[in-house]
Parts: sequence; structure tokens; C-alpha cells
Amino acid sequence: MAATGTAPVAAVQKLPVAKAINASLRTAMENDPKVLIMGEDVGKLGGVFRVTDGLQKDFGEDRVIDTPLAESGIVGTAIGLALRGYRPVVEIQFDGFVFPAYDQIVTQLAKMHARALGKIKLPVVIRIPYGGGIGAVEHHSESPETLFAHVAGLKCVSPSNAADAYWMMQQAIESDDPVIFFEPKRRYWDKGEVDPSAIPAPLHSAKIARQGSAATLAAYGPMVKVCLEAAAAAEEEGNSLEVVDLRSMSPIDFDTLQRSVEKTRRLVLVHEAPVFLGTGAEIAARITERCFYHLEAPVLRVGGFHAPYPPARLEDEYLPNLDRVLDAVDRALAY
Amino acid sequence: MTVESTAARSAARRSGTGGKRATQAATGSGKAAENGEASGSGTAARNGTAAADGTAKAAGKPRKAAPKSARKTAAGTAAGTAAKAAPKTPAKATAKSAAKSPAKSGTKTAGSKAAGSKAGAKTGAKAKAPAKARTGTGTASGVGGSGGGQSEPELVQLLTPEGERVTHPEYDVDLSAEEIQGLYRDMVLTRRFDAEATALQRQGELGLWASLLGQEAAQIGSGRALRADDYVFPTYREHGVAWCRDVDPTMLLGMFRGVNNGGWDPNSNNFHLYTIVIGSQVLHATGYAMGVAKDGADSAVIAYFGDGASSQGDVAEAFTFSAVYNAPVVFFCQNNQWAISEPTERQSRVPIYQRAQGFGFPGVRVDGNDVLACLAVTKAAVERARGGEGPMLIEAFTYRMGAHTTSDDPTRYRADEERVAWEAKDPIQRLRVHLENAGLADDAFFARIDEESEAMGQHVREAIRTMPDPDTMAIFENVYADGHALVDEERAQFATYLASFADSDSREEGR
Repeated sequence: MAATGTAPVAAVQKLPVAKAINASLRTAMENDPKVLIMGEDVGKLGGVFRVTDGLQKDFGEDRVIDTPLAESGIVGTAIGLALRGYRPVVEIQFDGFVFPAYDQIVTQLAKMHARALGKIKLPVVIRIPYGGGIGAVEHHSESPETLFAHVAGLKCVSPSNAADAYWMMQQAIESDDPVIFFEPKRRYWDKGEVDPSAIPAPLHSAKIARQGSAATLAAYGPMVKVCLEAAAAAEEEGNSLEVVDLRSMSPIDFDTLQRSVEKTRRLVLVHEAPVFLGTGAEIAARITERCFYHLEAPVLRVGGFHAPYPPARLEDEYLPNLDRVLDAVDRALAY
Repeated sequence: MTVESTAARSAARRSGTGGKRATQAATGSGKAAENGEASGSGTAARNGTAAADGTAKAAGKPRKAAPKSARKTAAGTAAGTAAKAAPKTPAKATAKSAAKSPAKSGTKTAGSKAAGSKAGAKTGAKAKAPAKARTGTGTASGVGGSGGGQSEPELVQLLTPEGERVTHPEYDVDLSAEEIQGLYRDMVLTRRFDAEATALQRQGELGLWASLLGQEAAQIGSGRALRADDYVFPTYREHGVAWCRDVDPTMLLGMFRGVNNGGWDPNSNNFHLYTIVIGSQVLHATGYAMGVAKDGADSAVIAYFGDGASSQGDVAEAFTFSAVYNAPVVFFCQNNQWAISEPTERQSRVPIYQRAQGFGFPGVRVDGNDVLACLAVTKAAVERARGGEGPMLIEAFTYRMGAHTTSDDPTRYRADEERVAWEAKDPIQRLRVHLENAGLADDAFFARIDEESEAMGQHVREAIRTMPDPDTMAIFENVYADGHALVDEERAQFATYLASFADSDSREEGR
């Protein structure tokens, strides 16, 4: 193995999300020589967000592969490498750049295992830095997760903090199914404790991020922090809000969410993606089915509008923030 | 589900009579209707085959499309390419020039001698000296000169449409009589299988079939150039290549019958699943080849695609990736002249093989109806890949003799004359002439092949008619390798739903 041999995270450490993913990738590459990294600028540059920083230096150009600028080609060749027995971890540079690869992901990657009646596996991870809030130009702030969660054969996850980012990446790489790994790019620099000796929760399980009793806020990725802040603000007003970090958008851990809603009897869903036909819509429908007699209010959603992601100067108004979340909480509590 | 059908269903469930079957009858959308039983055309009805008798109707239809060669010339002129009165049939031109050359007699002699002894059965390949003069390539290409038409590009050929064995300075094969007989057998059986499948579609046993008629030489020649450890990424028409890979032909029928969407284990024969979306598999082949290189193996990978697919971005990206990473992949393009109704001129303003140059690897056009040339060129390309020299593009110039699929009606867009011209270049006929003229096979051999062909037809018919429908719950199988909570939930819900009919069904049976 071409690795340096240095343990990526030797003891409990405070790491930003981006560095936690970096450490996770390093561990996965050390543990399994079949793990490859592919993408645009992932080599010498270490990726535009430096998530793959230093990996090419330590594992070589053969395992950390700078690719031509062709997203369909990146995913299409990753599929071929997976068929040959490799476990490619593909980086799509930004959310808005994934669509040239959408055909390969939806038509080929998602369906191939079923088409072969289970005889072949497609352990491909596609990393997509997603979401807004960093003042970027067009096509750099989108949240396309629903377009992937809708597709059978794909799994979709999004960590909200450094520890989850560290563990969920390794779990995604170990998965024999294709996983779309949505990285909350505005949280890349948020630090959190990573304990390499911890026992991680299952990849597709939700977590109670904060206990509460009056209503449940559910989110994933970048919006978990907003929900936690909203819960803290609500507490000052005497409202106890529970926050569920869903972590996985396909499959969704409805059991954990159901238990929370049966306790609080109210649910507000928060995501950056447009609410129309979004993950919140699906969750609202399912939770209404599961918790019909427990609900005191309709399930409400806070998210993006049915409009293109706005220019950066408007994104603070477009993105769900503390006030918009609390406004929905107030409406739910008013029933 | 319509309002009526829902009402009918709940009525059936409430009363506990009729059950599932009653529901289907009430909705009028049961399997029978879906399968077009009423129209007597089996699953074809579902596939919208208004022209289910497409090919049969070919004769007598008014000609609508301009002859292809005329269009081609026009395109060539517009592109300002080199000039020459375009021979309508490049293969023939090659054959003629070859016939003039002294090599012809030489080769023939070698062939005739071969008839006597097994050792001598090898054809007189690789004769060196006057090679250039003998090749169709040199004469047909480049120079051109006279007139205002487009010169036909180079075409590697080892067996003329008339069955004459010729040589080529760069590409050749040295085959025993048995090996040539084997190629003949491969092509005949592949064509028989294909014809059987077409007939089975007409009988309603298959929903659709994509015939390879006319492309046997391209597929068998390239398929036989491969080793067991090489890997094939096919389109949905590579029945001949599948045959070369020892894939059970009846396995190919599952997806066309509608019992699965692929169904075989790609790794048992190193033959990937058929890929329907055009060109996608060319990237998979490239990625697989990148993996082969990483493993330090000397296997080669071959990607099949057509002239239509050559327009796809995925194919261009595969060219780029393979060149940049020097991947051991051979791009085998069967230019069968038609992408459903669109001629090659709608895909490219240059001969397809010439595209390779811009990507930094060689491209060559081979007579796709010449099994020996396809074998020779593919072998060379595969060896090149093994030797670490990277990718190569082969354009097998051939012709789709039949319809695009059984749902297509080529009389709407191409002329009968064109097909007739290509029939004269039939890949099987020319090898038969060669086998006979060179004394490489006797009547008993051909009789044996005919017999085997009959037996295969029967086997395929029986296999398809006894092919079971999948279990309903197969819908939920293999969606994920590691499972998925939603799939589990929906599977359980659907099973409960189906079980809710069990009561009424059993009551009905009891009556």
C-alpha cells in the first residue's frame, strides 16, 4: 500500500467537516486498496474545497485520479472500475454540475445490480458538495437531493457535523450499493469532535439531535444547525422543540421520526431544496399516514421556493433561516 | 387505475366473490388485453408495432428515400473532401482492384493446395512482396483525383464479396481450414438464432427483437479475436458476439420477452449486460479497461456501439478518457448505415473511423461483411491494447439488412435497391464461396451445419415457450445489494395486499 502509515485520526480531535471527510477517505484508502478517488482537481489541488487534500501525494496518481472535465465520463468510467472490482469515490465539483452525469447515475448506476439479477455490485460513492449560503455564483448552491432520492437503486445521505461526516463516509464506501453523498458545503468549516474509537450508528439511521416535547423539527445536512439554533431560540420563549437529524434521505428512517412525532404531535420539516415535491413532501405524507391520530397539526414544510436558486445577494432571503423555521413552528403550535 | 376499476375491486373484495380475476375482468385491463390477445399479435401490440409486418411489406412499397449513395456524395461535396466518382460499393471496388493483382492467383493457389492436406489448409496469407498492389485499400483511397465526388475511404478487406481471398499489407490472419469452417458455423448459427427470434416475436413470444441480420461477420470476426479473459461491453444487438462468448443464446431472449431486464451474470462469460441507452456502455468499457491497467493484467476490453451512438457525448468522453489514461480498450463501431431511420450522414461529416485521430489513437475502417478482415483487424487492435499501446477505433462498414427492431418499418425511409446491393456482399455467402472454391469444406460439412442450425432453431423455440414468467415479488428483488427500508416496507405491504385476495380466490376454487 502506498499510504503514509500515519493514523488519520489517532485520538479524539476537533475537526472541521471537510477535514473529517478527508481523514475518513484516508482511512478507507488505507483499509482497502480497491478504494479510488476520482474527480476534477482532486489531485494536486486537493479539490476546490480541499476535501481530498494530500491524498494524491500519499496514495499516488493511480489511486487519486484527476479526471478530464466530463462528469458523465467520470461516473461512467467509475461504473466500469466498480465492475472490475474497485470502489471508486467520485467527486462532482459542485451540485449544479452533476447533471451531465445524471443519465449515467440514474439509467446505469442505479439499475445495473437489478438488471444483473443481483450478480454484480456497484459500490460507487458520488460526493456532491451541495446547498447554498456561501455567496457563490450560479449553479454552485443547489440542493438536488430529491432528484436522486426518487431513484430506486440509489441511496442518499447527508451528514450535518464532523463526526457523522467521518463515519458516514466510511460506511458509504463500505456499502455495496451506490451512495450519493451530499456534503453540506456551507458547513465544511464547522468544527466538531471526532472520536475514532466510537461505534457509529448505522448509515441510514436518524438521530435525535436535541430532545424536546412541543414539536419536532426534522432536517438533514446544512439545515440541522439552523434547526438547533431555532430550538435554542424557542426554548427562551418557553417552547421545547425536538430536533431530528435525518442523516439519510434514501432510505429515510421513518421509525425514529415516527417515535418523535408521536411524542411531540407536531412536525416541521426543513430543507434548502424547493418544497414542491421535495423530501419534505414525501415525509409529510408518510408521517400523516403513520401518525394520523397523534398529530395535532398538519405537517408543515420550510424550504426553497419554486424558483431558480437566486443570485447570492438574495440567498439569505431564499434559504430557510431561524425566523422562517420559528414562523412555521408558531403556525404548527397555533393548531 | 380508473374510478370504475376501483369500484369493481372494492365490490369484489366486499362481497368476497370474484376476487382477483373478477377485478381484472371488470377493469378490462388485465393481462390478456395488455398482451393484445384480441388483436392476435401477442405482446407486439403493447410495443406499438403498427408495422409488425415491416420487413415483409418491403416489396412493392413506393420508394421515398433518395438512394443513400447519392446523399453521401452530396454530403461529401459539401464538406469539400477529396474527389473521385464515388463507387457505390466500396467493397466491390476493392474486390476489382484486388482481382487485377497477381496476388489473387497466388492466394488462390495456396487455397487450392490446401484442399489436399490439413497442413496445407492454411491460406497463403502474409505474402509480402507485391502486397500494396493487391490491396483494395491503396487504390481506393486517398489519391482519388478524377471527378467531383468523394473518394471512398480505406477499407481493409481479406475476402471479397465474390469470395476471393486477398491480402492486406498491415492486417492478415493465418487460419486453418477448421478455423475458417468454425467462423462459417458461427455465422450460420447466429443468423439462424436471429431469424428464430424474429419469428418468435411475430408469434407473440417476444415483445421485441433487434435483429443482427447482415452484421454476422463484424460480430463473429471481432468476437473470435478475443480471449476468455477479455471483457465485452455490448449494445443490445450483439447476439453474434454473445455466441462467441458462449453465452447461452436463450439468455438473450429474457429481456425481449419481458421476464427480466438483463438477467445473466456478466462475469461468467465476461460479457456485460445488453445496454439499451445508446453509447453508455462505451464509458463502462473504458472504466473497466482502466481497472485492467491498474491491475497490471494484459486483458483487453472491447466496446461495441453503432454509427448512431458515435454522436453521443458518452462515446466522445470515452474516447477522451481512454486516450488520456491509455486504457486497453478497443472501440468496435458497427456502422450499419442506419440509426433507425437516420443515415450515417446525419451522424457525421467525416468517416467515423477518422474521428480517432483527433483523440490521439488510430482508427481503421474494415469491411464489416468480411469475417476474416474483422478478425484480423480486431486481433491487431486487441494485441495493441495488451501491449500497453492504448485504445483503437475500428469502424466495421456493414449493413443492417433487416429493420432496426421488429417495431420498425424500413420501407418508410430507405430504398429496396440499397438492400439488394448489400445482399450481394452478404458475409456468409462470400465465406461459403471461399470454402467451396478453396476446397476447404465439402458437402457433408455444409449439410452438418444445416442440421445443427435446424436443431438450434428447435431448441430456441422450445426454450422460449417454456420460459416461465417471474414471480410477482421479483419486482422487489435485487433493487439494492444491502437492502433498503422502503423496499422492505413496500414489499410487505404489497404481499399483504395480494394475500387479501387469497380468501376469495380459494372460495371460488372451492365452488
